Amino acid sequence: MPGFDIAAASLVGGLLTGGVYALVALGLTLIYGVLHIVNFAHGALLMVGMFAAYVLAARFGIDPFLAVPLVAAFMFCLGWALYRFVIGRVSRGEDRAMLLATLGVAVVLDNAALVIFTGDTRTIETPLTFAVLEVGPLLLPVGKLVACGMALLMAGLLWAFMARTGTGRAIRAVAREPEGARLVGIRPDRMFALAYGIGVACLGAAACLLLPSFYVSPSVGENFVLIAFTIVVLGGMGSFPGAVVGGLLVGVAESLGGLFLGESLGPITISLMFILVLLLRPTGLFGVAR
Amino acid sequence: MIRIIIAIVALLPFAVGSPFLVNLAMLTAVSAFLGQCWNISGGFGGLTSFGHAAFFGIGAYVVAILQIRFGLSPWLGLPAAFLLGGGVGLAIGFASFRAGLRGSYFALVTLAFAEVFRVLANSLDITGAGLGMQIRRQPGLITFQFVDGRLIYAAALALLALATLCAWHLRRSRFGAQLAAVRESEDAAAALGIGVVRTKSLALGLSGGLTALGGVLYAQTYLYIDPSIAFGSARSVEMLLVAMIGGAGTIWGPLLGALVLHVIADGARVFIDTPGAAPMLYGVLLLVVIWLLPGGIASLKLRRAHA
Repeated sequence: MPGFDIAAASLVGGLLTGGVYALVALGLTLIYGVLHIVNFAHGALLMVGMFAAYVLAARFGIDPFLAVPLVAAFMFCLGWALYRFVIGRVSRGEDRAMLLATLGVAVVLDNAALVIFTGDTRTIETPLTFAVLEVGPLLLPVGKLVACGMALLMAGLLWAFMARTGTGRAIRAVAREPEGARLVGIRPDRMFALAYGIGVACLGAAACLLLPSFYVSPSVGENFVLIAFTIVVLGGMGSFPGAVVGGLLVGVAESLGGLFLGESLGPITISLMFILVLLLRPTGLFGVAR
Repeated sequence: MIRIIIAIVALLPFAVGSPFLVNLAMLTAVSAFLGQCWNISGGFGGLTSFGHAAFFGIGAYVVAILQIRFGLSPWLGLPAAFLLGGGVGLAIGFASFRAGLRGSYFALVTLAFAEVFRVLANSLDITGAGLGMQIRRQPGLITFQFVDGRLIYAAALALLALATLCAWHLRRSRFGAQLAAVRESEDAAAALGIGVVRTKSLALGLSGGLTALGGVLYAQTYLYIDPSIAFGSARSVEMLLVAMIGGAGTIWGPLLGALVLHVIADGARVFIDTPGAAPMLYGVLLLVVIWLLPGGIASLKLRRAHA
């Protein structure tokens, strides 16, 4: 049995990673809540964001944490264009076609990255990589602390944007009642592309925050697809607070699973959580029955 | 006429005997077979699965474990794989459909099940964990190992014929009609007294059992499997692509899909020989098919036949 100190450190480490996961899941839940698309390309898009942050760091020496606005803006444009020109156009609003369209996008992005960057795994080091903060008996990695803080800050900003601004209100109106929104002069297709772009921009920000502690490779997105969906179904599809709480829970579950079950069996906790939530409580913790 | 052409093309590699052609034909037949397996639940049943690698991997591991751990004949692996793959398909289907999962949620839950199997294969002793399993090389009919590529191709063709027969049977049997009714409208089918959960679970079970046979053939051909070969999501995606691009819910769709994908794969190799180039084109093709030809390539043929 691992000692108390190790378990506590693992718990805190999981919470810190979970904060960044929450940002990944917020993008997914926003896209689902507004467009009712299960965005299977989420992992692949996160991978694209991580490569963008990697290139900025390796080529131009820009620290990933400082690259957040750049990568988020780039990912917003990519997401907006993807919805406008590919997903929205190809799928004609059918559920299965949308799912397969996002799968198609994921296949294209994953393999395009494989062609451009080859299958190598890459990591970067930042000044914060090895910095630790001593709090009582715990050693906290400063990089993860900053990443988690920034992720929660951005989650707050996104919430404020959706709740307080006219555009946010318009997006929520379209999510609730596309026809009614059209009648009061909001163009649903524009809001859909905007919401998809914002959801993907969350990924860009999260990618920058993840990069210092994760390796990046063309297939890295696969690892995050199930994590992101587990968070979102756990918290309830479309629920903002659900995504944040779910993110923290999944971060902790992953970390403790790795600690108690070992490195090879540990990842099973995420898949099992996902299956059990879907089979037993498909509305999640915060979702409402539809 | 078309059937005769198909028969000639399918038998050509036997006559020519060029190893390249035989290998290409074998790979195409295996893809078509796996696509047809996916098609049985995904096309005829409308059950979009992202995790069919679970069944493929079960078949591959069953035959490897029977031989390596218990010293049993790989021929026993065929019925064992069919029963286990079918049983797991039934169980996954029953649990998911009873919970009311459909569409995207069903796709995601199958992905998660495949991942559970991958992690288990990667950690258990009986599956050799991350090292995978190596089957001892001893070619022969009794050991179900063939050196001559033409015999492997013949086995792949036999499997393809079996799956296509199942698909053909679905088109005209009572069960197939029930499945189509459930696919088109679950409420209407239930009102007619069709057991919706039962019908869908059976379709997934049949598909899972057949897919597991593909895993057996893979293990006996390459004599090595590991968790990501067996349960990796690339397999699930390829099965789905073959069926969707060719034409989901049609009998000839997976065959057409497999032909197109392998022509693209070999064509692409001439121009760009980097890993990822061909799968990238598959993804583009999937998007184009969803956009312009929701019925797949097979619908093109039908439309011309009607005109």
